[in-house]
Amino acid sequence: MATTNLVDKLAEPPTSAATGAARRRLDFREKPQLWLVPAVFVVVVLLWEYGIQLIGVDEYVLPRPSQVVDSLWRQLGDDLFWGHFWVTSQEALVGFVIGVGAAVLLGTFISQVKVVEATLMPYIVAFQTVPKVALAPLFVVWFGFGLTSKVVMAAVISFFPMLVNVIEGLRAADADKIQMLTVFGASKTQIFRMVRLPSALPFIFAGLDIGIVFAILGAVVGEFIGAKEGLGYLLLQTNYNFDIAGMFAVLVVLSVMGLLAHFVIRLVQKRVAFWAEETKVIGA
Amino acid sequence: MAIKAAARATQTPASVSESSWIEIAGLDKEYRPRKSAPTQALSDINLTVRRGEFISVVGPSGCGKTTLLKILAGLSPKTGGTVRIAGRDVTKPLPEVGMVFQAPTLLPWRTIFDNVMVPAEIQKLDPRRHRERAQQLLDMVGLNGFERKYPHELSGGMQQRAGICRALVHDPAVLLMDEPFGALDAMTREYMNVELLRIWQESGQTIVLVTHSIPEAVFLSDRVVVLSPRPGRIAEIMPIDLGRPRDLSVMSSDRAGIYVDRIRRHFNAAGVID
Repeated sequence: MATTNLVDKLAEPPTSAATGAARRRLDFREKPQLWLVPAVFVVVVLLWEYGIQLIGVDEYVLPRPSQVVDSLWRQLGDDLFWGHFWVTSQEALVGFVIGVGAAVLLGTFISQVKVVEATLMPYIVAFQTVPKVALAPLFVVWFGFGLTSKVVMAAVISFFPMLVNVIEGLRAADADKIQMLTVFGASKTQIFRMVRLPSALPFIFAGLDIGIVFAILGAVVGEFIGAKEGLGYLLLQTNYNFDIAGMFAVLVVLSVMGLLAHFVIRLVQKRVAFWAEETKVIGA
Repeated sequence: MAIKAAARATQTPASVSESSWIEIAGLDKEYRPRKSAPTQALSDINLTVRRGEFISVVGPSGCGKTTLLKILAGLSPKTGGTVRIAGRDVTKPLPEVGMVFQAPTLLPWRTIFDNVMVPAEIQKLDPRRHRERAQQLLDMVGLNGFERKYPHELSGGMQQRAGICRALVHDPAVLLMDEPFGALDAMTREYMNVELLRIWQESGQTIVLVTHSIPEAVFLSDRVVVLSPRPGRIAEIMPIDLGRPRDLSVMSSDRAGIYVDRIRRHFNAAGVID
């Protein structure tokens, strides 16, 4: 009885919510990635769980996924772990806000004043080629083992991709739109507010998107060099104890942090810069 | 519909004659690129347009039609001569001018209504009165119900109509149109021509239209200005006596055919078919 109902429904033209199942089936045919992506995950996890030992890799070197999940579960139940989690989150977020804020201010200034741009651009390009991660030991010497050195690291590392995107974005405004505003008598400030800034928004969001991931990276690297707490510190501790499953668990947490931040930024972007479809990511 | 607001007229000097609403005298324009020889784009253009007149400018590619319009819009400096609109010298964009561009050039992050309000916002005009006017204009071009939509949700023709509303919202003394229908398909273009005539008759604006299409110029205009190839000079100013109001049927009349033919002969004489 139930089957006939379903068949009847499928035969009908898709009009109401009742055809949700049919539509989903169509989606699977048109977008094979909808099942291919989870399928790859399942296959990799199964191979890893049951296949790795067959070729003689030791569990201590590469723990099985089930062991990682075990370890993760234990960590999530531990207050000590959450302490590390909050420390890293704080370092990354504060650093991100400072780095990105400074980049927006400096980027706006640079793009509005030609002389400043011409003077500073060579330095910015030069600094960009410096591997910022290599500065971490220096920051620890300067700012100590506490939060400050990690915040500075996160700020510096998220600053550059944001800066490049702000400058590029403020330049990206359509000449036709600027001419249109000029004909109607717009001042420079009005052109900035009405066209340049909105045109830059998709770029600014691209910068935020890279920036937040970089900020987490910066905080963790800072903790590697010298720290008493944080997920980077925890990563080193598990490493010293040869708790590889624990290391994987921390890595999973760090990835989830990055993913969450990425989705939050995407969500805000869809609301604020709703007209722009695909963003160009620059300066990664 | 009482859109014929004469608000601007009270602001213009009393000495301005309605018969010389736009005055172009001895206008020269030379481009002087730094690294190559200067080119003469316009030479000795003389034209007087009366208030409320519909003028079209036609000519082969590169004759300086768009340059002429840019000078009127205050976007491009002239080399010599005088250009006045409603008694004011044009040296920079005047608030008395509205312009419709080749592309609709709407701001994608603003609704249609907020796009139409752009000139009023820039010139800090009374928001309440101009919101009303924006609504009237949108109603007039048949865009009521689309005020809250975003540009990408509208067809090209509808976007261009919104662009026309925007050009009219601050009740400009002169409406400049640069190939406004060039990007539209032939059917939409004819429809927009009829619409434009209706808008012009209701709003009473003075219009200078640059177009590639000779029939379009004949159908719309009181006078057609034919420019010669570079350097652009006025080859002929042809009054179009087809009566008003017009509909598309006048285009199949012998008289319209003669006008079109005569303008085309200028083009052929110049050896350019545009």
